[in-house]
Amino acid sequence: MTPDFSADHFTLFGLPAAFRVDGAALDQAWRQLQAQVHPDRYAHAGEAEKRLSMQWATRVNEAYQTLREPLRRADYLLQRRGIHALGERQTALPAEFLMQQMEWREGLQDAQQARDAGSLDALRRVLKREATQLTDLLAQQLDAEGAWDAAADTVRKLRFVQKLAEDVNLALAALEDD
Amino acid sequence: MALLQISEPGTSTAPHQHRLAVGIDLGTTNSLVASVQSGLARVLDDERGRALLPSVVRYLPDGGVSVGYEAQARQSEDPHNTIVSVKRFMGRGLKDLDKANVPYRLLDEPGMVKLKTAHGVKSPVEVSAEILRVLRSRAERALGGELVGAVITVPAYFDEAQRQATKDAARLAGINVLRLLNEPTAAAIAYGLDHGVEGVYAVYDLGGGTFDISILRLSKGVFEVLSTHGDSALGGDDFDQRIFCWVLEEAKLPPLDPRDTRLLLGKAREAKEYLTDHPEAHITAVLSSGDIVDLRLGLDDFNRITQSLVNKTLAPTRKALRDAGLEVEEVQGVVMVGGATRMPCIRHAVGEFFAQTPLTNLDPDKVVALGAAVQADVLAGNKQSGDDWLLLDVIPLSLGLEVMGGLTEKIVPRNSTIPVARAQEFTTFKDGQTAMGFHVVQGERELVADCRSLARFELRGIPPMVAGAARIRVTFQVDADGLLSVSAREQVSGVEAAVVVKPSYGLSDGEIARMLSEAHAHAEEDMKARALNEQRVEAQSLLTALAAALAQDGEALLAADERHVIEAGMAKLRALAEGTEHLAIRAQVEALNQLTTPFAQRRMDRNVRQALAGQNVDSLRV
Repeated sequence: MTPDFSADHFTLFGLPAAFRVDGAALDQAWRQLQAQVHPDRYAHAGEAEKRLSMQWATRVNEAYQTLREPLRRADYLLQRRGIHALGERQTALPAEFLMQQMEWREGLQDAQQARDAGSLDALRRVLKREATQLTDLLAQQLDAEGAWDAAADTVRKLRFVQKLAEDVNLALAALEDD
Repeated sequence: MALLQISEPGTSTAPHQHRLAVGIDLGTTNSLVASVQSGLARVLDDERGRALLPSVVRYLPDGGVSVGYEAQARQSEDPHNTIVSVKRFMGRGLKDLDKANVPYRLLDEPGMVKLKTAHGVKSPVEVSAEILRVLRSRAERALGGELVGAVITVPAYFDEAQRQATKDAARLAGINVLRLLNEPTAAAIAYGLDHGVEGVYAVYDLGGGTFDISILRLSKGVFEVLSTHGDSALGGDDFDQRIFCWVLEEAKLPPLDPRDTRLLLGKAREAKEYLTDHPEAHITAVLSSGDIVDLRLGLDDFNRITQSLVNKTLAPTRKALRDAGLEVEEVQGVVMVGGATRMPCIRHAVGEFFAQTPLTNLDPDKVVALGAAVQADVLAGNKQSGDDWLLLDVIPLSLGLEVMGGLTEKIVPRNSTIPVARAQEFTTFKDGQTAMGFHVVQGERELVADCRSLARFELRGIPPMVAGAARIRVTFQVDADGLLSVSAREQVSGVEAAVVVKPSYGLSDGEIARMLSEAHAHAEEDMKARALNEQRVEAQSLLTALAAALAQDGEALLAADERHVIEAGMAKLRALAEGTEHLAIRAQVEALNQLTTPFAQRRMDRNVRQALAGQNVDSLRV
């Protein structure tokens, strides 16, 4: 038997289903739920409770991760409306954005080849700012305008930017390793 | 408005029944065992009043085994059969190891390296089990009874293979593992509870053979690990090695035999420790060739030859901060753990990096064991209501699958809070394909070849379909010990085929049984008695837990006939536990677990609802 996971993530944490979330309230609800279901609370209980506890704690962590990260939260909100922004079939992003992407990618490659930590760090900051702007845009599109298709595009852009930011971090880490 | 009360689920055991549980720090150089008594955690000493047990195991010519100081004293005499720092070999293959200056006869075996000793071939798991056995009997003597279980600490950066090996060693030593706990997290518990601190803390843990850096957020009753990084093959031992190499060079010595190697490594360690409080150390030794070593090692020389090791700890530190999304200034305090952090060069470098004086007001050798003891006490159910807390830890390395082209597809990213599960769908490559091979790997690199291979398994019986039509859902589940199980299921056809992998380096039940029987010559009888005892303990613990649950919620959550069925099942188990049929006891334990699942489910649902109710009350108050 598996726990009833039908409640959606927002309901689970007692939060309104919106893109803008109260981070502190989310953190607090997560900790409060974990305090009830975490396996450490059931280490000396019977197998049935141990198993349930692990399933619940896993489920609570999954919900928390989804709501905490803006990209996953936006994707989740869209999925509730039947829009799979990150699914296999997606519309192409504007050429302008793709050009910008390629420019950043080239910048990353050049900095990597030149072992230029300064440029990498500068690129990291640029991407961070870009991600913040896209996140603000999502809040507008999802919470105020109900512009779902536009929001789906923004979600895809944000994923591009985050993937690139991860690669920049990996490149920085690789420089530190040598 | 009256505040809603929230009960503590599953924590009520029979009153005044203190369950004996310990925390064990199974270290590279030294091991310790600690326990909470009368609300206070303390390290349990041996009969001569010594807290540390050197992690040294010697296989004696007469068939006996000696562990600890005695074995340590003989290490240069009998280097092949005296195993030091075995933790470095746990879950490691021959190719993973730096064999230089290791005086053992190593055997390359699939999964894990093995050692040739006077007692035959030994796995690092068996050697570690010898250390754990000594600690277990020390604890049982000191506490006056059998242990219900232990929390065993592992380096946070230990991977799956190393964790599983540690758990296997405990099993071999007859210890019920309540939880594998990350060493820096254990230290944070001991430190945080002791000093009542809040905020973001870094734990810098440099042990004998491993380095961990963990960033934690401590807030009211919650220890949340934000990120962890490290190097599971870097520790105080490496500083000894640097001195050793320096001696070889300065004294222009030829390659040494194992005996002299051990002797000089011992001298190197002494010199390192001496330099903690002195500006220079003398290294003198007479080698088996009759050559005499007589050198002076100044602190400056020492700092110069070990500088790169110190730097090797700072790179992971930077990464951990970046993973946590924090800047150096946001770290409120740095807790130093592990004997190697006594070195002034380490304290200086860490202080400089974090721009603050590291916290060294805890005994760096004991803090991990003390934290583990406190957690063991909680997990065993001895917790006093009111002083509870919650530990939220993470996995150190990403887990993934091999996909086309030898690339890694990450399924669970590193620093995910555990327990965690992630699923991903895959499909078939060819028409009519009925089987699919999976290769589970751990690591951050893009190429599978650069990651650690954990397991391979196959899913068979997929109904023939055109390529790309099957939907195979692969689920990764990491439990609260940080251990992984993977399952795969075909979705489209509704045919369920699932496998759960036990990683290939783990020991099978059969191997454990063989090792156990080898460890006790008069095996057969022992094994039976042991199995019976294990099942009785299991039965008793289930009965206790159920009785408590019934007393608490039986009235509210069960219909009369449901309760009756459970009570009948309990009575049957109680009767069977009086007998000697361990298989019958086990069967009834399983049946009762099955039977009580709906009850457990209702209790859990209720607890979740109450947590939310409690939270709403809190938010009203804000």
